[in-house]
Amino acid sequence: MAARKNSKKTTVSGEELLKYYREMLLIRRFEEKAGQLYGMGLIGGFCHLYIGQEAVVVGLEAAAEDGDERITSYRDHGHMLACGMDPKGVMAELAGRATGYSKGKGGSMHMFSREKNFYGGNGIVGAQVPLGTGMAFANKYLENGRVSFTYFGDGAANQGQVYESFNMAELWQLPVVYVIENNQYAMGTALRRASSTPELYTRGEAFNIPGEAVDGMDVLAVKRAGEKAVAHCRAGKGPYILEMKTYRYRGHSMSDPAKYRSRDEVQKMREEHDPIDHIRSLILKGKHATEEDLKAVDKDVKAIVNEAAEFARTSPEPAPEELYKDIYAEA
Amino acid sequence: MAIEILMPALSPTMEEGTLAKWLVKEGDTVQSGDILAEIETDKATMEFEAVDDGIIGRILVPEGSEGVKVNTPIAVLLEDGEDASAVPAPASSAAAQTVAPAEQSQTTTRPTEPAVVPATAAPAPTPDWPDGTEMNEQSVREALRDAMAEEMRRDEHVYLMGEEVAQYQGAYKVSQGLLEEFGDRRVIDTPITEQGFTGVGIGSSFTGLRPIIEFMTFNFAMQAIDQIINSAAKTLYMSGGQLNVPVVFRGTNGAAARVGAQHSQDYAAWYAQIPGLKVAMPYSAADAKGLLKTAIRDPNPVVFLENEMLYGRSFEVPALDDFTIPFGKARIWREGQDVTLVSFGIGMQYALEAADKLAEEGISAEVIDLRTLRPMDTGAVVRSVMKTNRCVTVEEGWPVCSIGNHISAVLMQQAFDYLDAPVINCTGKDVPMPYAANLEKLALVTTEEVIEAVKSVTYK
Repeated sequence: MAARKNSKKTTVSGEELLKYYREMLLIRRFEEKAGQLYGMGLIGGFCHLYIGQEAVVVGLEAAAEDGDERITSYRDHGHMLACGMDPKGVMAELAGRATGYSKGKGGSMHMFSREKNFYGGNGIVGAQVPLGTGMAFANKYLENGRVSFTYFGDGAANQGQVYESFNMAELWQLPVVYVIENNQYAMGTALRRASSTPELYTRGEAFNIPGEAVDGMDVLAVKRAGEKAVAHCRAGKGPYILEMKTYRYRGHSMSDPAKYRSRDEVQKMREEHDPIDHIRSLILKGKHATEEDLKAVDKDVKAIVNEAAEFARTSPEPAPEELYKDIYAEA
Repeated sequence: MAIEILMPALSPTMEEGTLAKWLVKEGDTVQSGDILAEIETDKATMEFEAVDDGIIGRILVPEGSEGVKVNTPIAVLLEDGEDASAVPAPASSAAAQTVAPAEQSQTTTRPTEPAVVPATAAPAPTPDWPDGTEMNEQSVREALRDAMAEEMRRDEHVYLMGEEVAQYQGAYKVSQGLLEEFGDRRVIDTPITEQGFTGVGIGSSFTGLRPIIEFMTFNFAMQAIDQIINSAAKTLYMSGGQLNVPVVFRGTNGAAARVGAQHSQDYAAWYAQIPGLKVAMPYSAADAKGLLKTAIRDPNPVVFLENEMLYGRSFEVPALDDFTIPFGKARIWREGQDVTLVSFGIGMQYALEAADKLAEEGISAEVIDLRTLRPMDTGAVVRSVMKTNRCVTVEEGWPVCSIGNHISAVLMQQAFDYLDAPVINCTGKDVPMPYAANLEKLALVTTEEVIEAVKSVTYK
């Protein structure tokens, strides 16, 4: 399957390409299914889909090592799947079931996995940035060599606490990669309408934090940038900023009428910059796999997603006594 | 003309200090801005500058004098050409202000308070330590410091972070000596960015650390209240029990003295409302120490509300190696028959004073210190009211949705048939804190109001 002869050109093996393809496709299909289940009333409240941005988390997870932490905002399903959390547990949580990662008490925006070092799932714009910086603080304190991946969007990039965090991270040389997922819209407000300086990767300059803009629709570019940032952090040189230029195809949440951008704009991104199409063509051009092989991957992924949906649908709701549990840890 | 140089007030709450060192001697010529002396308060050592040019004619208070009251003449400054012999001998009142170190009283009281509170509380009927335990006199400030130091020795993962906690030794000197003992890895000065460093502390607890986050005052914690509530209090629940947040948020709370509306708010009722938080608000030094140690060991976020006016006050603290006080257990400070006074934190000062005065009039008050507001030992209050049939609550916070309101509701539901009078809540007034001394006094709850309330519920 993996055609070694092509690895000279790409420096990435066919095996890796197929892995990324599969991971991105899992996120896409999972999110499509989540949208469907929302429409059926199985998922309630807020549900923020990640479709279009898949290359960001998959590329950065490829640059991470065991033990590294990640934390993000409420658009978090992609991050959870990319770091290896079980799609069944994630979907069950979306449906508010006892078998979900938070026993149904967190929902779409609040899921965690200590096992996978995933620390949410945070619903307050920008609030996860000091938290992720704090995880990096602990890494330095404990001298464990780990790096904290702290994700936030272009909307959060204007939050005051982001800059408070930048200051401390550089002051104390904390191993944190700040990943700005610039999908160009903070809910319905285009970047240029909310940011006096739209080059978000330069936002650390005043603190002496290096930053770079990355094509967030290209998983390989993301991975390369991630590796560079991680190396910087692990070398004890402090934080690093990556601005991922990306795009979300769906609305901010499920109830978004999307009046703030044209259908053409979305269509153009889908047709010309889709991260999954991009890697698919790399695989086919490089003859790492055949159309048939990829169809088989699609089929596998669909089966995983359907299984997750079925698991969520058939899992029980949390027992009423769960209402009063998990408020305090036992002293 | 000769000018008297007076002992200066170097902080809003300073009433006396130690004249640690004279940097000039009699006969020296000084210029405005020259450093004359070093003055030590219970919080810090400060340099004291001349505000006039002249010659030091006479030094009235020798260096090393402790307990020198603010506004005591400490030296005389002569104008050029004046003769030292023209200076009158120190007034006897000034001399009397300088007391020998051994006699020094550690008591500090609010300047606006008419009565002096006894420095050491009466023995508690419900102590948290065995009978016969050796006791040491200790200020609340020292007790808090010792609690942190002991827990930091016990657990390498405990660290202290906040504004001025390290090199400055604490804005209120609570963290004095900790930097020296534990180093700058574990005692960390932060920028003045409450929202940011609170989030950093909480995040560090996600992955194994146990931070003590000091707010210079809880007024500033309002900048960080989203992190305290949304990121700390709710995370265990939101994660289905996976992710506990062992953080202590501590610092001064409530009114100090003459610092105005933005620096004088009691947050007890605010934080007590939040499921997922624990809230402690000690009065005595023993409780401050025992509860803070419990807070640091607790696997949950704890809001620990201190009071600047209490920092310098001394109490008996058990001389035990490892002494903790459980949360959710009120302390009965004095037993009584006629009325139950319920308070916490600095409110206890008014409750205990009122009880003393009421006793002189033959009214016997039972005084309960809640000590922690979440969990709250309402059972102790209900049991007491079943005996006394009357209740007055005392707190410095505002009256609407106060802790007293909650106690009243609990009593109505659980002890309705035992109540012989409506519960009265003595609280701070429903106004932002004014600056003017007379208005500030009116805005705070007073002992007289507590006495009046007790007389009202006992129909005396």
